[in-house]
Amino acid sequence: MSVVIILILASLAVGLGFVGAFVWCVRSGQYEDTTTPSLRILSDEPPPKTGKSKKTLK
Amino acid sequence: MSQVVLELQIAPAGTPHAVASCFHCGEPCPDRAFVADGRSFCCFGCQTVFSLLRENGLDHFYQLQSAPGTRVRSTAAPAAKWKFLDDPVVQERLYDFADATQARVTLHLPAIHCVACVWLLENLFQLHPGIGKTRVNFTRREAAITFVPAKIKFSELAALLASIGYEPQLTLGETEHVPASPLRQKAWLQIGLAAFGFGNIMLLSLPFYFGLDSLNGPWFRALAGWLNLAMALPVVTFSASDFWRAAWLGLRQRTLTLEVPIAMGLAAIYLSSIFQVATHRGPGYCDSLTGLIFFLLCGRLFQKKTYDRMTFDRDYKGFFPLSVTRKTADGEESVAISRLRTGDRLLLRHGELLPADARLVAGAACVDYSFVTGEAEPVACAPDSHLYAGGRQVGGAIEVETVKPVAQSYLASLWNNEAFRKPRDLDLNSLTNRYSRQFTKLVGGAALGAAAFWLFREPAKSLPAFTSVLIVACPCALALAAPLTHGTVQRLLARRRIFLRNALVVERLAAVDAIVLDKTGTLTTPDERGVQFQGPALSAAERDWISSLARHSTHPNSLRIAPALGAAALPVADFQETPGGGIAGQIAGHRLCLGSPAWVRSRCNPAGSPSWPVPEPAAALSVLVAVNGRVRGGFALENSLRPEVEQLIARLGARYELALLSGDNGRETARFDKLFGGRAVLKFNQSPADKLQFIRDLQQRGRTVMMVGDGLNDAGALQQADVGVAVVEAVGAFSPASDVILDAAELTRLPRVLEFSRSATRIVRAGFLISALYNLIGVSIAAAGLLQPMVCAILMPISSASVVFFACSATTWTARRMDLLGGPLPAAA
Repeated sequence: MSVVIILILASLAVGLGFVGAFVWCVRSGQYEDTTTPSLRILSDEPPPKTGKSKKTLK
Repeated sequence: MSQVVLELQIAPAGTPHAVASCFHCGEPCPDRAFVADGRSFCCFGCQTVFSLLRENGLDHFYQLQSAPGTRVRSTAAPAAKWKFLDDPVVQERLYDFADATQARVTLHLPAIHCVACVWLLENLFQLHPGIGKTRVNFTRREAAITFVPAKIKFSELAALLASIGYEPQLTLGETEHVPASPLRQKAWLQIGLAAFGFGNIMLLSLPFYFGLDSLNGPWFRALAGWLNLAMALPVVTFSASDFWRAAWLGLRQRTLTLEVPIAMGLAAIYLSSIFQVATHRGPGYCDSLTGLIFFLLCGRLFQKKTYDRMTFDRDYKGFFPLSVTRKTADGEESVAISRLRTGDRLLLRHGELLPADARLVAGAACVDYSFVTGEAEPVACAPDSHLYAGGRQVGGAIEVETVKPVAQSYLASLWNNEAFRKPRDLDLNSLTNRYSRQFTKLVGGAALGAAAFWLFREPAKSLPAFTSVLIVACPCALALAAPLTHGTVQRLLARRRIFLRNALVVERLAAVDAIVLDKTGTLTTPDERGVQFQGPALSAAERDWISSLARHSTHPNSLRIAPALGAAALPVADFQETPGGGIAGQIAGHRLCLGSPAWVRSRCNPAGSPSWPVPEPAAALSVLVAVNGRVRGGFALENSLRPEVEQLIARLGARYELALLSGDNGRETARFDKLFGGRAVLKFNQSPADKLQFIRDLQQRGRTVMMVGDGLNDAGALQQADVGVAVVEAVGAFSPASDVILDAAELTRLPRVLEFSRSATRIVRAGFLISALYNLIGVSIAAAGLLQPMVCAILMPISSASVVFFACSATTWTARRMDLLGGPLPAAA
């Protein structure tokens, strides 16, 4: 029956990993704005027209 | 294009013409003077933006959305307007962050409205080498821009944004804005942790539900028990921390708020779980405990929903600009309002706002106080007269000398009233709290009674019975009924562009029994329906000429006259605009003048030519029109009632005590007396302080008052009233502090909103009844000492879930029945 303990520990480790990821993602401000990313994904990168020279402006 | 020209030539006068719409902003192009790359534009500004974007390879902007731009006024603000942004003091207040090489600033850009806007602003770096990364927050209409001040000054950045149609809104209030994000982060962390605890504890508890623990033996039961307790610990301490704090506060103030029985229940469940696990009596109730906290937090999240773009706490600072033009010995400079001193000479141009009480020095002042006093007509002021802060200059430029600091002006003094110091959201007398007082006494009585009963019969069962009653009666369902119902009401109304400050407002809305209405801007509106022509009737062709000419100006009077005369847009040649005077142009071979009576008579009406005799006094006619050197007639511009106001007043009057307060003079008394059917109190010439006092008097007579207003002149009354409703023309535009922000187009729905809120209160009561029934059953089982963990684990989630379901579905159903169900949530929310 001790195999149950391994399973429990494994599942807890996974769960805690997700809690850690959640805490990180709240702290980094990902829950501040939930609308703009959904709009941003709609606009693909435009096809390059004016050449690569503009890239250097960054 | 040639087809359009042809149509314009052959179409008979008086019918609407086919007009090309601007490729940049989508507005109609009245004449075809602005064409670039085979596309037509409404104005030079739009054409310039198009060329600029095209040169920089940003024309993807136009593929994301058709006509995505906003109209750029060709009289765009000169770069000098932004000079004050180079002042280090101003920069320090506006920058989020700055070091030697770069700076970051978050600017409010109200023009952001579509996908293309987000894309263009985030590709701003392609327009100027000094600009780095830009991040747009769509809901807040904000852009965080990183730039290199050595390459592009802050003022140049602002001017660049303005030149492409995204003029930053820099009001005095903006600089004092503090984002409240840490609090929101905490709420998310609390709810996330509760969800984690709830899910995992349920998993570990599954064997107990099905009696499988017999397979694993007692050691498994102990292990699972202790693990559950460990996982529940952060949920009880961190996630539920606000309930503990609120309960403690409530006890210290000697009131039994709803949090008191909740905290009692939580403590009882956790302590008895520890007791059970430690004494090997059972697995404890950690599953129910964490589930309960999770549901409670969800309910709270529902109630605490806020609208990012809505600001319910604005004062005059949100209305004032950040800078004004100051006259100095060697010319003009732009100066931040915070650095304004008494005795400064200021220059105000058309449409600019006076930030402090001042004395008129030079120029023809015609001040529009409509936002401050509610007086509809602009007031002409004599030289040397006193001008009040908040007035807007109409016409030419004037020069004034400030006589008081900004914070002590007539307008700002309203905010010193005590009405602005009362906290709005602390409501100890809410429906839930009234019920919970009775509830707490009942439950406490039942728990003590059960304990006493078993003490004599079977002392060993006494303590378990006591805790069982507390556990089962934990008013989870009670705590959920009101937040969920009111939260749903708030959410549904937001789709109708009626925004409530918070869910508590619903309860106060339901209690309203007197309604006070403001006149100017609330019941009436300056639109084209109030335009009346006086003089010999205009022919269809003449109407088209005048409307085409008026369409070329952005003066408020032109904006009203043009649509009143039809949609014609004929080409205008030789267009001239005289600020403070009027406009003139050549249309279809005729010379037209439109402007103030004095200007039209002197400029366009040579002495001796036959004219329409202008009645004396001419003051009633704001605008004269002359055709080919003859005065043709005049326009009287009155404020017209909003559509369906008659029905609105009839419906409200049937149930509520009504009153009308206006800062305007009493010339329209008869009209409004008829409108209100003699039932209402009508008061004119009311100062902002008078309005506040009127509401206070009503409240002292025991009335629950709703104030409906729009301007800063209503700010005091809105604050004093039990429910303040601010009517706005555009959602997101300035509105004074209030509880409800209502889109002007939805004003006629007000009676329905009130009815809806009363229904919501009935739904909450029904929710209480349901939860009371569950409690009655649960408590009687618990008091009998028969409660099995299994029954407890099932009963508690079911009671919560059924109340949640009932509250949401009953509210939505009521909204549908009242036809208040709107489309999807607008982007504004």
